[in-house]
Amino acid sequence: MINTFVGNFGHLTTLVAFVSALVTAFAYSQYFKASELEKASWRRFSRVSFYIHALATSMIALSLFEIIYNQRYEYFYAYSHSSKALPVHYMISSFWEGQEGAFILWAFWNVVLGLVLVHTNKFWEAPVMVVFALVQAFLISMILGVVVGDLKIGSSPFILLRDATQAPIFKLNPDFVPEDGTGLNPLLQNIWMVIHPPTLFLGYASTLVPFAFLIGGLVTKKYAEWIRPALPWAIFSAMILGTGIIMGAYWAYVTLNFGGYWNWDPVENAVYVPWLILVASIHTMITFKKSATALKTSIILVIMSFILVLYATFLVRSGVLGDASVHSFTDLGLSGQLLIYLLFFTVVAIVLAARAWKHLPTSEREASAYSREFWIFLGAVTLSLMSFQVILPTSIPAWNALVESFGGISNMAPPADQVEFYTKFQLWFAVVLALLTSVGQFFWWQKSDKKSLKDSLVLPYVIAILLATAIIVLAKVYDWKYMIIVLTGMFTIVANATILVKLLKKSTFKLVGGSLAHIGLGMILIGIMFSSGYSEVISVNVSGLTYSNSWEDEMNKEHVLLWINKPIQMKDYKVIYRGRQKKVVGVPEYVPAKILASTGKVNEAIALEDFKDHFKKGDQVQIVLEENDYFKIDYLQNEALQFSLSPMSQFNEGMGGLISSPDSKIYLNRDLYTYVAAMNDFSDPEWKEDETYEVSPGEQFHVADFVTYFDGAEVLKELDGYTLQEGDVAVKAKLRILDYDVEKILEPTFIIRDNQVGKLPVIDSELGIKISLENILPDQNKFVFKVNQYQKDYVVMKAIVKPYINVLWIGTLVMLLGFSVAIYRRFDEFVKMRDKGIE
Amino acid sequence: MKKGHIIGLGIIAIAIVIIMTSIGDASSYESFNTALEMKEDGEDKAIHVVGKLKKDAAGEVSGLEIREDKTSFTFLLVDNEGTTQKVFYNEPVPADFQRSEQVVVIGAYRNQEIFVADKILMKCPSKYQETDVQAAGM
Repeated sequence: MINTFVGNFGHLTTLVAFVSALVTAFAYSQYFKASELEKASWRRFSRVSFYIHALATSMIALSLFEIIYNQRYEYFYAYSHSSKALPVHYMISSFWEGQEGAFILWAFWNVVLGLVLVHTNKFWEAPVMVVFALVQAFLISMILGVVVGDLKIGSSPFILLRDATQAPIFKLNPDFVPEDGTGLNPLLQNIWMVIHPPTLFLGYASTLVPFAFLIGGLVTKKYAEWIRPALPWAIFSAMILGTGIIMGAYWAYVTLNFGGYWNWDPVENAVYVPWLILVASIHTMITFKKSATALKTSIILVIMSFILVLYATFLVRSGVLGDASVHSFTDLGLSGQLLIYLLFFTVVAIVLAARAWKHLPTSEREASAYSREFWIFLGAVTLSLMSFQVILPTSIPAWNALVESFGGISNMAPPADQVEFYTKFQLWFAVVLALLTSVGQFFWWQKSDKKSLKDSLVLPYVIAILLATAIIVLAKVYDWKYMIIVLTGMFTIVANATILVKLLKKSTFKLVGGSLAHIGLGMILIGIMFSSGYSEVISVNVSGLTYSNSWEDEMNKEHVLLWINKPIQMKDYKVIYRGRQKKVVGVPEYVPAKILASTGKVNEAIALEDFKDHFKKGDQVQIVLEENDYFKIDYLQNEALQFSLSPMSQFNEGMGGLISSPDSKIYLNRDLYTYVAAMNDFSDPEWKEDETYEVSPGEQFHVADFVTYFDGAEVLKELDGYTLQEGDVAVKAKLRILDYDVEKILEPTFIIRDNQVGKLPVIDSELGIKISLENILPDQNKFVFKVNQYQKDYVVMKAIVKPYINVLWIGTLVMLLGFSVAIYRRFDEFVKMRDKGIE
Repeated sequence: MKKGHIIGLGIIAIAIVIIMTSIGDASSYESFNTALEMKEDGEDKAIHVVGKLKKDAAGEVSGLEIREDKTSFTFLLVDNEGTTQKVFYNEPVPADFQRSEQVVVIGAYRNQEIFVADKILMKCPSKYQETDVQAAGM
């Protein structure tokens, strides 16, 4: 039965949220303009209106989750993003897999932030909330799903499947409800995908806060006062957005088989660029608070960070990137709306800033090269150039679309090797940045002249050189570029650590946010250099096969083909593929797939053998996501098993093909990262023609390439799954097949009932053979076996060693910790000033 | 000259370098014919070619040759101008390869006969366009 109530309710709350956002914007603007007498009532009205909006927005989210949670596949959203096999925490991922869900998530965070702002601000409430409510109106309009004539506004997540598709089944039966959904993209079935999108969208949402304070400041002519309340939020935003980026990078590292954590894909660039600008704006805002310079720069940067988030959204979600990105977002026809959203706030911000420009205070004094303002300004410039260098090539597809919309032809394409292209700039910019942080921090905490700067920098410099030399020698860093990076990274760490120690001695921990974040930067730099610069593919093909065309042999074969049970030498390791495994509910380790037989129900199987203490033969077990195969790869050194890795892979029809997730052996100083690039599909084998063998008990023969012993046969008294009647004869032959160090017992059975012959063949999908006992020739004491071959199980794998990647992860944590300390300090300042009644 | 001016000039200079390299390093969309001309002119830059896999009368992909160790393969790609070209890719066959509606190869001609792809982008039939709900859903 189709449930239309939830969908209608969701659609209704969407309309309520949209209208109430507009009402809130209007009400707050009236509150702002109203005379003192009327202010209280306007304020009450505005707040009530915003609370209604907040409630409605939460209800939209709740309705959509209800549809997914209760598996209502009559709805298009649940049908296309979820399936019965999904555990609850992945249903949460289903929520934001689609774009509509992502917009709802974004709007929801805005509401949360709005509520916090309403209750933490006095003076700023009205102007800030006008901006908030307008942004909400734009966001909600993306999921409105209203059609006015030919104009479609928004794409509603609450449409029914029968309205979304033209499937013929609905002509026959309009109330048809599919049994199951098409499922969540398996790549998103990962714990990081449950927490990464909400973090990222909170980051996106929070860039609105400093922007709203700025717009409020420009409108109320408080051209400088907006900075104090905006600053903690800007740092908060940079921290959350940074966390989101790192989570995304980590997710890419642990679930995608791209071979790394960062690939300069347009979608990654689109969040990296606003983050850089945000960080630059924090620095200029801090300078302004300290010495009343860089106000104009701060205003430009805050506007840019917000607009760049919108631009990023536009690039990623309008479909304009098309073939340029591996992250496919389908065009929902929202590009026009997104463009209006982007242009609206760009124009408003530029007009307001231009109007205020001549009133802005500027310091006439030229910044001295020995002032902190100078160094911080250089840092902000470097960050801006970094983002410019990334956003320019990322926008090439948008440029092509623009040229084509004016009837021109543009065949520009993004750089062929993106990693190389971006790295050659970003790395050196980062080196400059790292150096600026060390010098800048010294200026920040002590007014310096030439001499005292030299004095304070010499010691950290010497220590850094010593440490860097030690690293270079011990880790064998012999490339001059990498030496420079180690040196600057080390200098950044040491110089900032020196400041950190001084600050901790002299005052409180509240001041150390900056030095901590900069130490993190130094560590990130060194971590990236090692893990990327010295990553080594160890799965080099040593099969010894050569081809006719010589140049093909010269190409580096970066994958190895592993036949099951066959050892292959891979650098320091001997590796052996040992077959497929499954995850079973309640069993802490992987279970060999061959001892589980599907019952035909989703995620359910019967055990064919005992498995340790976890279950017995004949038990029914629950499989976690049955499509997933975990390929057991043993790593041996000196003939002793060191460890096993189990990279995951699955065939996914809906997603179109093989989905792989890597598995890594994590050491303190390196990761061994492996993933499956291709696998054998034995779901529907094409058996080769029959081969027959006549053998006597005790005889040895060859089946395919396997040495096989026919140990004998026995007459069965009972047979699993069959009732033997009086006069039936059942004979089971015992074949022992050797495959390297593995011995397999295959027992085909032969039954005679009333002169009718029945055969129970055995299939071993690991060896790719099917054997049946065809006949028994008692006079010759021979048994006739029929064998069909398919293909031994195999896996094609890539293995990469990534040294010191942990330095990178730890560096990011240190940086985020630095941000957190800074947020605490700045928010504390704001609260003190507000309570004094100044703001 | 004030220090501000020097910094300003420096920023402009770096920005120009960035713009020039972005244009210089940008790849381009070509057909196999223009790609071959570029190769003959001694231009080795990697370019993008958009095309479809060659299919036989029955609609099956034809010309796919997988190397014995399964770590590389060649296939036939028909570009938008209708030129058929043999392409080599030094990776295992992506599992959804044969189902793809459109293939973008990024690479260059190795010699007159063969185009070597460094990277392949595939556009697959999106599940959003799934009209056959019955087959997918039951």
